[in-house]
Amino acid sequence: MSDNLTVTLPSDLEIKMVRVFDAPRELVFEAHAKVEHVKHWWGRGNPLDCEMDFRPGGTYRFVEHAPDGDYAFRGEYREIRAPELIVQTFEFEGMPGHVCVETLELTEEGGKTTVTSVTRFDTKEDRDGMVSSGMEVGARESYEALAAYLAKLS
Amino acid sequence: MDRLSEVFSALADPTRRAILARLAQGEATVNQLAEPFPISLQAVSKHLKVLERAGLISRGKEAQWRPCRLDADPLREVAVWVAGYERFWEQRYDQLGEYLRQLQKEER
Repeated sequence: MSDNLTVTLPSDLEIKMVRVFDAPRELVFEAHAKVEHVKHWWGRGNPLDCEMDFRPGGTYRFVEHAPDGDYAFRGEYREIRAPELIVQTFEFEGMPGHVCVETLELTEEGGKTTVTSVTRFDTKEDRDGMVSSGMEVGARESYEALAAYLAKLS
Repeated sequence: MDRLSEVFSALADPTRRAILARLAQGEATVNQLAEPFPISLQAVSKHLKVLERAGLISRGKEAQWRPCRLDADPLREVAVWVAGYERFWEQRYDQLGEYLRQLQKEER
C-alpha cells in the first residue's frame, strides 16, 4: 500500500496521479532529471537500464528487469521547466504506437513536494488499451466496477 | 487475443457491465436481460456472445430456454491483475520517496 498515492480519471482520455514527497522540490525534480537518480527508483527497485537525454527534444529509454520479465518504455522530453514542470511522451514498448503524454507538475509547501502527473491519451481506446497491455492503473474505473461485482459475489 | 485482453474488452462496454451486474443477482433469460435497455434483442444477444466468449457468462443447454449465468473466475483474474499494476505505480513512487529520504540524509 502506498502512503498517499491517489489515482483518478479526470476525463475519458486522462489518468491523474498525485503523490506527496517529504523532500524539497529541487531534489524531487533532480530525481526525475538525472540517470544516476532515476535508476535508483524508477524500476521499483528492479535493475533498470536507463538512457536519457534530459532536454526538450531529447529522448529516453528505460528497461526494467523485473522477476517476471523485462518491461521497456521510451519517450521524448517535450518541455522542461526546472524545478516545476516536465512534459514527456511515454510509450510502453509492449504496445508500440500508443504514445501518451505525461505532464508532471511539482509544487512545494512546507518542505514537502506534491507531484501531480496527468497522462493524456489520444483516444479512450488507447487509454483502455494501455490498461490491457499491462501498463496502467487507469483500470481503476473497471476496477471499481469489479470491486462492486466481486463484493456481491464473494 | 489472450484471455485477459478478451475480458477487458468485454468489460469496456457499459451495457455489458450492466448485464453482468444484473447477472450477479441471479440467472436471467435473454428477454429479462434486454428489458432495461433501449436496444434490440439482437443487440443484447451480441453483447451476450462477447461476454460468453470472454468466459464471463455461461448459458443453459436447453435451446428454447437458455438462462444466462455469471462466471466470476475471469473477474477474479482481472482484479488480481489490476491490483498488480496498482502496485507497480505505488512501488515506483514508494521507491522514489525512499530514495529522496536517503539523498537528504547524505546531504546533511
